[in-house]
Amino acid sequence: MADLLISTLIQGLIYALISFGVYITYSILDFPDLGVDGTFPLGAAITAILLTRGVNAWLTLPISLAAGALAGLFTGFIHVRLKIRNLLAGIITMTALFSINLYIANGSNLTVDRGTDTIFTAPSTMSLLGGLTLMERKLVVSLVLILTVKLVLDLYFNTRSGLLLRAVGDNADLVTTLAKDRGSVKMLGLVISNALVALAGCVVCHEQRSFSATMGTGQLVFGLAAVIIGISLMSFYTASPAARGLRQVRGLRFLGSPRGTTAVILGSVLYKLCIQLALSMGLPPNMMKLITAMLFLLVLVVSGRKGEEIIHA
Amino acid sequence: MLEMRDITKVYNPGTITEQRLFDHFSLKVEEGQFVAIVGSNGSGKTSLLNIICGSIPIEGGDVLVGGVSISRMKDYQRYATMGRVYQNPAAGTCPNLTMLENLSLADNKGKAFGLHRAIDRRRVEQYREQLLSLGLGLEDKLDVKMGALSGGQRQAVSLLMATMTPLKFLILDEHTAALDPKTADTIMRLTDQVVREKKLTALMVTHNLRYAVEYGDRVLMMDRGHVVLDRAGEEKRTTSIDDILTRFNQISMECGN
Repeated sequence: MADLLISTLIQGLIYALISFGVYITYSILDFPDLGVDGTFPLGAAITAILLTRGVNAWLTLPISLAAGALAGLFTGFIHVRLKIRNLLAGIITMTALFSINLYIANGSNLTVDRGTDTIFTAPSTMSLLGGLTLMERKLVVSLVLILTVKLVLDLYFNTRSGLLLRAVGDNADLVTTLAKDRGSVKMLGLVISNALVALAGCVVCHEQRSFSATMGTGQLVFGLAAVIIGISLMSFYTASPAARGLRQVRGLRFLGSPRGTTAVILGSVLYKLCIQLALSMGLPPNMMKLITAMLFLLVLVVSGRKGEEIIHA
Repeated sequence: MLEMRDITKVYNPGTITEQRLFDHFSLKVEEGQFVAIVGSNGSGKTSLLNIICGSIPIEGGDVLVGGVSISRMKDYQRYATMGRVYQNPAAGTCPNLTMLENLSLADNKGKAFGLHRAIDRRRVEQYREQLLSLGLGLEDKLDVKMGALSGGQRQAVSLLMATMTPLKFLILDEHTAALDPKTADTIMRLTDQVVREKKLTALMVTHNLRYAVEYGDRVLMMDRGHVVLDRAGEEKRTTSIDDILTRFNQISMECGN
């Protein structure tokens, strides 16, 4: 039972990388980017093929990031420059990536055998965390990874570039009057988002030692659900007396006003937990996407955000 | 100097609803002039501003600044020397960002939007002073999200943001129309103050004839794509609201209102 909980927690943490990406596109840019369903397996395909070819495990992370960034640039380009509607732009990228992923992985499935080192078993990881079991190492590594990305994103959102990104989703006309091209800012957002989603695919491939062409299906829905759960819970919390009290206390102020990225991690873990719960109660694994979709529907209805714009925190 | 030369603007070209608004329309605005533009709905006031800012395409003609054509420049490139305040108070700020974040955005206009910290803490005191001079009690609300402020407060901040960095032109698109009379007066007074202080060339579309006569160095009245009244200098000084109103009623009669 404890093992199951920990492995669900690991899943939630790793998949939070997708939610970060979706948070940027959907929550900040108001752009439901279906390209995610193609970018996620892209990261996994690249990682699987690189690992089987003996490339250093840690090196697959920046390579996946770069590949995802390219995919995001493609979606951004066809949306911004060729003026294709956002949903269609994502669908085009997703569809194109399906073939590209098959090409990269040389087939619809690719398994990384037990003898190959992943980021959880690489010598550099073992030298630091050698005393832990594989499960514990996975938890520590993914936790460190997620917190690093969260920290970098939090810092980025407070840079001039990051503030402009938040502004373009909030009021694009204002960005124009600031003498900045709103299209370029949107493209930048898509680049960052898809880079993170491909990184998620990369880490998942390390974790489960496999790529499959269909692993991307439903990932945008997962990301959306995680973001909406997280943000809803957070706005609930920040309005509570407890949070208001904490904001009055010097040094504890940050506890009273959690960041969007924190909410997104929480949402991701909770959502994976819900799905795991449904599976533990005897639902066959083939029903997983059905559960994912139904849970998302439930989240939309309960949160009162029936698909409309989500206000970023 | 700002010049519109032989502008042709056709809405819905090639369709049954085709409407030729401007046909070889020309206008010159001297540097430092505060031009108030009045006219009924559909007379072309806002289209004129949109053409200058590059928000809508034109079918012919040229827009020149200091003798140089800006017609090929994208809208965002033109805003490098222009500021704009809209009718809707929500249009000039980001509702989900705090006032401090909004002011910082405006303050960074013209700079590279790289990985520098967005908020320059050393500037906060100056922001506070500027807000204090607005007299709307905004100086303590730097950490409040813009969306939580009233229309008048948002419009005051929009004006502050539009004019924060050095610029040549200020475009005011009925920017007091959505405010209550008292707040509108305040915003108008602040507008005049900043236009005079920064020696800006300003184009203000307004339905308030009193503002047009009181604050404009020059008053233009538009009707169906034409300037039907143009008073500047001595001629404008002797023009009263009644004169403008009489002319305004004439064009309204012609329209059948």
